[in-house]
Amino acid sequence: MPFSIPEQELMEPGHTACHGCGATLSMRYVLKALGKDTVISVPAACWAVIPGAMPNRTLDVPMVYTPFAATGAVISGLREAFDIQGKEDFNVVGFAGDGGTADIGLQSLSGAMERGHNVFYFMYDNEGYMNTGVQRSGSTPYGAITTTTPIGKDRNFKKQNKKVVADLMMAQGVPYVATATIAYPEDLIRKVNNAKKINGPKFIQILSPCPVGWYFPPEKSIEVSRLAVQSGIFPLYEFQNGVLKVTKQPRPVSVREYLSMQNRFRSLDEDDIKKIEKYAEERMEYLIGKEKETQSS
Amino acid sequence: MILAPLADRSSRANHTDSWRILKPEIKYDKCIRCMICWKFCPDNAFTVVSGEELESPNPRVAALEAPVIDYDYCKGCGICANECPEKCIEMGIETKMVI
Ligand SMILES: Cc1ncc(C[n+]2csc(CCOP(=O)(O)OP(=O)(O)O)c2C)c(N)n1
Ligand code: SF4
Ligand code: SF4
Repeated sequence: MPFSIPEQELMEPGHTACHGCGATLSMRYVLKALGKDTVISVPAACWAVIPGAMPNRTLDVPMVYTPFAATGAVISGLREAFDIQGKEDFNVVGFAGDGGTADIGLQSLSGAMERGHNVFYFMYDNEGYMNTGVQRSGSTPYGAITTTTPIGKDRNFKKQNKKVVADLMMAQGVPYVATATIAYPEDLIRKVNNAKKINGPKFIQILSPCPVGWYFPPEKSIEVSRLAVQSGIFPLYEFQNGVLKVTKQPRPVSVREYLSMQNRFRSLDEDDIKKIEKYAEERMEYLIGKEKETQSS
Repeated sequence: MILAPLADRSSRANHTDSWRILKPEIKYDKCIRCMICWKFCPDNAFTVVSGEELESPNPRVAALEAPVIDYDYCKGCGICANECPEKCIEMGIETKMVI
């Protein structure tokens, strides 16, 4: 049978990720697309511990650990240093969690994108600070129970909507912005290959389900990722050269089905679910409106 | 050209078989060798072998490359069994306890 994604593996087994970890698959696919001539910078996050301890390595490319807030700044510096040495062909990559991107790393990310360095930034979005035990982040969706938005007498789940960093990057005019997720590795790898063609900053947000923090059984990671897209909760899109392309869902599955697979949404009542359905609809409408606007101008 | 030295030992030295509570087993007589299990394994716990090494009642399928689970690394997450379109991966109880 033909392989639908490259056979080359740059992520080795024997790593310490949890059972069914979505963030690990995100790394595996990204490295398949980027190849060996890559240096990858990771801040404090699950991916800082997944490779295990020295002298072991899990990635067959060099890694640079950065302080939590500094991914954008570190990849800017690496890029400029490599260029001075004539190593323009190497991919310089930031690979950070959603806490490290939507919250603490946002200013260094935005600065790096604005200065226009030729770098990739991947945000693996597990919708919380998972490495430290499931705290809420700006990227946690409305309705989720986390250890800092715990369920209690007053049903104290997260009351704010998800901050979608890819949307921010698009508004900032970053030359290449896309969303992707692990259920669609072919789509993710195609997007990385498109991004490669752009000499400038590139941002890709990869929804990476986390069985531990979203409270679902580990064998469901791909299913949850697929339903996030099919229900319209996490639309896939690609924005390049000022033009937006949204992947349409001809027969959307119900938002309810997506929510009911994950115990982090267990305290929602009918009104809350309606609110989330409306949010998904409005977000899709917004993106399709923007698609029309960018394609006609 | 190398950018920076890599740690010289692969994490392959670290077997993760003791993490396993459930153990996947591929039933090759039903497997169509689509490699979907290989594609979605977060632990990279598959090797790809040439077709002749495994049997299949269908000679066309038997000629194709096939996935083999490496039980040194499989953590038993069950994604492969959940995603297999032929439902030919069975999750059994892991009986070997490694301490
Ligand atoms: C400045 C600083 N504050 C806090 C921490 C502790 N810390 C380490 S990992 C982490 C969570 C990271 O969350 P996220 O970026 O979402 O990545 P994930 O763990 O979900 O992969 C935190 C808070 C730290 N290392 N540095
Ligand atoms: S997913 Fe199932 S049918 Fe496809 S190669 Fe794997 S075991 Fe065989
Ligand atoms: S059970 Fe999980 S770790 Fe084991 S082979 Fe299947 S997908 Fe890989």
